[in-house]
Amino acid sequence: MRQSRTIDISTGLFVLLGFAAILFLVTQITNREFSLRGESYRVQAQFENVGGLKPGAPVSMAGVTIGRVESIGYDMNLFKAIVTLRIDASYDQIPNDSDASILTAGLLGGQYIGISPGGSDQSFHDGDRVEFVQDAIVLENLISKYLFSQAGSREQGAAAPAPKE
Amino acid sequence: MTGVPGELAASLARFLERLGGMTRFAGRVLWLSPAALLRPRLVVEQVYNTGALSLVIIMTCGLFVGMVLGLQGHDLLQRFGSEESLGTGAALSLLKELGPVVTALLFAGRAGTALASELGLMRATDQLSAMEVMAVDPMRRVVVPRFLGGLISMPLLTAVFIAVALFGVQLIGVQFLGVDQGQFWSQMRGAVELDDVREGLVKGLVFGVACSLIAVFEGYNAQPTAEGVGRATTRTVVISAVVTLVLDYILTALML
Amino acid sequence: MPIAKRRGAPALGRPPDLLESRAFQEAARPAPDHQPLNQILQPAGGNASSAESDNVADLHGVDYSIGGKAVFRGLDIGIRRGDVTAIMGPSGTGKTTLLRLITGQLRADRGRVVVDGLDVAGLDRRELFALRRRMGMLFQNGALLTDLDVFENVAFPMREHARLPERLVRSLVLSKLHAVGLRGAARLMPQELSGGMGRRVALARAIVMDPQILLYDEPFAGLDPISMGVVMRLIRSLNDALGISSVVVTHDVREISQIADASYILSDGQVVASGTPAELREHPSPVVHQFMEGLADGPVNFHYPAPDYRTQLLDRSEAA
Repeated sequence: MRQSRTIDISTGLFVLLGFAAILFLVTQITNREFSLRGESYRVQAQFENVGGLKPGAPVSMAGVTIGRVESIGYDMNLFKAIVTLRIDASYDQIPNDSDASILTAGLLGGQYIGISPGGSDQSFHDGDRVEFVQDAIVLENLISKYLFSQAGSREQGAAAPAPKE
Repeated sequence: MTGVPGELAASLARFLERLGGMTRFAGRVLWLSPAALLRPRLVVEQVYNTGALSLVIIMTCGLFVGMVLGLQGHDLLQRFGSEESLGTGAALSLLKELGPVVTALLFAGRAGTALASELGLMRATDQLSAMEVMAVDPMRRVVVPRFLGGLISMPLLTAVFIAVALFGVQLIGVQFLGVDQGQFWSQMRGAVELDDVREGLVKGLVFGVACSLIAVFEGYNAQPTAEGVGRATTRTVVISAVVTLVLDYILTALML
Repeated sequence: MPIAKRRGAPALGRPPDLLESRAFQEAARPAPDHQPLNQILQPAGGNASSAESDNVADLHGVDYSIGGKAVFRGLDIGIRRGDVTAIMGPSGTGKTTLLRLITGQLRADRGRVVVDGLDVAGLDRRELFALRRRMGMLFQNGALLTDLDVFENVAFPMREHARLPERLVRSLVLSKLHAVGLRGAARLMPQELSGGMGRRVALARAIVMDPQILLYDEPFAGLDPISMGVVMRLIRSLNDALGISSVVVTHDVREISQIADASYILSDGQVVASGTPAELREHPSPVVHQFMEGLADGPVNFHYPAPDYRTQLLDRSEAA
């Protein structure tokens, strides 16, 4: 019977450890920090190309996360992607001529929406549409642009220095 | 029976028979499970038997898996200049695949064999028969608590494995290879979703059900001889491994 | 220890407070189908509950096969109430199978197995379990649960079936252990016991719920002479003191002949002889004679069937 006390204690410790591990995993390594507690408002943006943007991606200003991408849809009439942004209510002073761009975090990181503030003295409200957008950068276009510009500069003469590899 | 086709047919028949028996057995175990929770003492003892006693091996292997992941991951990512993604890569691969699968295989090897050999021995020394004669249902008294013990232990062990492994990754990546600590964790936080954690734990639970059932079935139905018990133990590990990996594929496909 | 003091009875005599403990049991948890007081008030030979005969168990025309091989064919056995009945026979005649038919762990292919007036095949799970509570079985290797100590092993049936106060459990367990002479070993683990001791503990466990029938599967196998003597005395004295019936499956002819009231000899799936040990010793059948005297050769051949010896030897030398 004494042996059973040890067993009980050890089992209790084990279960505690297990739950602690689960808690650790849930809180420390997920991005649940922005779980949108509290009020928020919706803003819409239309893009030609959203690239790899996914729902749940962060919306940030100056690098600070102020909201999340709620949903991405497609409008058959406008032939554009409609992205719905959910912005935390505490950020209610965003000038309504700010632009939203689809940016990439790091070289191979995920894509997110970055908002650069404009100069208007009026702010975004729930249901507004973002006027100025910048589509996702498609790598192929970038490369062809680069190659094209390379071909151009070579034509201008041997005097132009070779680009760094 | 005529040569090879005859042999195959016989093997197939045996396989089906075993599969059918196992399904019926599993059904009965699941049916009796709720009632077993009324005897928490037995279940607690089995959680200790399968879980607490497996902690050492799980944590040790977790640490080393994490460290290897740190080494390999860093080396790989360095080629693309993305070392800061080490945390992300490690966390995601551990949570979704490595954690549950490796834990399940280790569990089968340590706890599964323990369960199978205990039950096999009880079968071989007539203890199960004695219980029947004393009008005690061995399924309720001995089998179901062991199944529940394994079932409870597996997700917990999986979580511990992943947590310790992440510590191992961090140990190698940050302490030794110079990945930035802040980047390590923030990148991870940025990419890992709650869904990923859920995926890992669900897999852990499912693997737990499977491996515990297999161990308990093999032990209970072992031939009542010394070789019979040995064979049952071997079969437990082999079948658990195969079933785990098959289930892994199915679950991954379902959850993605 | 208030147990053995009262009547100064010898250690293997009647457990003194049995009446009291029985009464307590009744008060604590009356089992509607068990009438222990009947048993103790009516000495061996009489009966109260069985409608049929003097028999506590009967097998009528029982057939049983395993994997196509017939183990029993038309087996007829009657176990008289209050007797020590021996079932003997050469190895492999399915004596253990017989016990399993009585406990209902196996179902006969044909024929009837009647225990305490009930047809075993017709019982559902609950009724079967209720019947088994009135039986006790001693397995060949004791079959003690290895993760419990001696005390807990003996207490096991009580803990599983009744909710008795701890003090009562303690007195009952200790009194049964005392009856088999192992009260001092109460806290040992089964692995620490010798073969004979383990078997005695298993016996204490088998009687702890005051069964009506005790089944013994090869109780003398592998014991030294002293332990054998102990077990012999226990079987006989418990049978008489507790007013129960005992079925002993064995092939230790000498030992069982000293304590059995009736014996059956099985061979080839059938009863070849029955009667008291004295009658069997005088039995005309050569099989019975070979068995009882332990002769190496007779109807049961010494030589496993083989081709002619000379031919086989010469064949080999030819090939060389």
